[in-house]
Amino acid sequence: MGLPSGTFNQSYGQDMAIFRTRTHWVMLLAFLIFLFACPLFFSDRILTILTIIGITIISVHGLNILTGYCGQISLGHAGFMAVGAYTSAVLTAKLDWSFWAALPCAALAAGMVGLLFGLPSLRIKGFYLIMATIAAHFIIMWVILQLYSVTGGGNGLAVPRPEIGGFVFKSKGSYFYLVLIIACLGTFFAKNLVRTRAGRAFIAIRDNDLAAEVMGVNLLSYKLLAFFIGCVYAGVAGSLLVHYFAFATVDQFPFMNSVWYLGMLIVGGMGSTAGAIFGAVSLKLLDELVTIVGPILSAAVAPQAAASLGLIMRGLVIIIFLIFEPRGLAHRWQMVKAYYRLWPFSH
Amino acid sequence: MATDQQVRLRIENLSLSFGGVRALIDVSLDIRDGEILAIIGPNGAGKTCILNCINGFYKPQQGKIAYNGQKITRMRPDKVAKLGIARTFQNIELYTGLTTQDNLMAARHVLMKQNFITSALYFGWAHKEEIEHRRTVEEIIDFLEIESIRKKVVGVLPYGLRKRVELGRALALEPKVLLLDEPMAGMNLEEKEDIARFIIDVFEGQGDTYPNTPVLRDGIKTIILVEHDMGVVMDIADRIIVLDFGRKIAEGTPAEIKANPEVIKAYLGQET
Repeated sequence: MGLPSGTFNQSYGQDMAIFRTRTHWVMLLAFLIFLFACPLFFSDRILTILTIIGITIISVHGLNILTGYCGQISLGHAGFMAVGAYTSAVLTAKLDWSFWAALPCAALAAGMVGLLFGLPSLRIKGFYLIMATIAAHFIIMWVILQLYSVTGGGNGLAVPRPEIGGFVFKSKGSYFYLVLIIACLGTFFAKNLVRTRAGRAFIAIRDNDLAAEVMGVNLLSYKLLAFFIGCVYAGVAGSLLVHYFAFATVDQFPFMNSVWYLGMLIVGGMGSTAGAIFGAVSLKLLDELVTIVGPILSAAVAPQAAASLGLIMRGLVIIIFLIFEPRGLAHRWQMVKAYYRLWPFSH
Repeated sequence: MATDQQVRLRIENLSLSFGGVRALIDVSLDIRDGEILAIIGPNGAGKTCILNCINGFYKPQQGKIAYNGQKITRMRPDKVAKLGIARTFQNIELYTGLTTQDNLMAARHVLMKQNFITSALYFGWAHKEEIEHRRTVEEIIDFLEIESIRKKVVGVLPYGLRKRVELGRALALEPKVLLLDEPMAGMNLEEKEDIARFIIDVFEGQGDTYPNTPVLRDGIKTIILVEHDMGVVMDIADRIIVLDFGRKIAEGTPAEIKANPEVIKAYLGQET
């Protein structure tokens, strides 16, 4: 981590600080103020996009801890989101629980299901674990559809919006704040987790599980912990998603979402908290770009062009990143910062 | 030779086979406090197998390994590490995505107490613990003279430095017993001399140079060294054990081993 010229670390605390100088703090504050001011000057449509991005960030943070840090590739993330979503939906819609009680339960339920499907991870690695997590997705969806009387099956389930002391999070702006605060907390927890004891154990398992074990990391419990934490994030994101749409259906959690979450990690940068954010933001913005460009392209080139444009673009971006910047946007961001710091003398 | 010292690690009648291959046959040995024990032998003699049995990678079919009288045969590797047995590997097994400093911090895992909740909250306990352990890690970095690569990701480091980082990682666990698997393989003379110096310094302890880091201050009094370089082994080992095709064929001081006809036969073959 480079420091501005003339700034020196004099304690380990300073060396470990993420926001080291006053300028860093000012920029962080300015950014947060900008985020919290968004509802003042953005339209409802843009707020919807931002809210969905926020929910996606929470979810991708979870996948990042599990896949990016602990190296356990999961393609069941949308499934784990659905567990959280339906837990929260059923608790609020059928049992009249408050959203604030249902949200932790959703997180916990998703975490528990994650633990269950994480169990094979001690025995199987890589490709086989991916297969197991794909199975997890379809088993979860099957269970949700079969429990018709509870979950509404294919018909879905109407879900109330969260409320607090009579105030209902009904407007786009209010829900945006809710998601923003949870996303900020999620980012804070994720970053701190990965830079301390548990996070280093995760990376140790990812980089060299044999050595990790010899150096005293209990593989089973730390792999399960990664599954648990990753799925807790998924559960929170799933719950926020269905409460936002005030409706829960299995169609909100298609299998392809899990693949795209992984794609977001690739684009943003695996094993980087900032990368999870960059990835979620960039691929979601790409979607929006496609919805704008698609109709124009359909009119100009071919009527079918718009339909597949989204898929093609996403695939293309992921391929380009895999080839030219496998470390993702987070690495680019580091380079930009270094360039800015050293300019005009790049040594 | 410190024969009067307490036996730290005792291996009794250890036998290990993979299918029809008998990797270790009835091997017994004692490792005492205050000695550097070298295990030598031709390729495939089973030297690394002994280390792998000690830290729980391999489950031997027969025999017993006891650490301070406690049976550790077939124990899980992470539990063996918690008892205070650390090792390095022949083919460097570092956490390639982490920096040198974080590799050493990661080795402090068993000595740290924070759980994932206090870690996630960070400010308070986790922060304090990080600083505490960072202090020790910095002393080890200082001792191994790797300050300049503190913040470098180890994946990009050259071989010789990586070997040194791996030694540092083993030290950071603050073990009572150190197992070194070919610490000098593939090094030039100068690098070998450096590592030999570090091993002897670790063994002897640095006293007041590092008063706050017990592992450097008091040293690690029990070291097992698996090494091919005879010059190094003869110079720094107190006692040598020779393996050949999974059997222990000799045991003794460097001088005794040099003169042992069995050993000469194993290495050079028999004159016909």
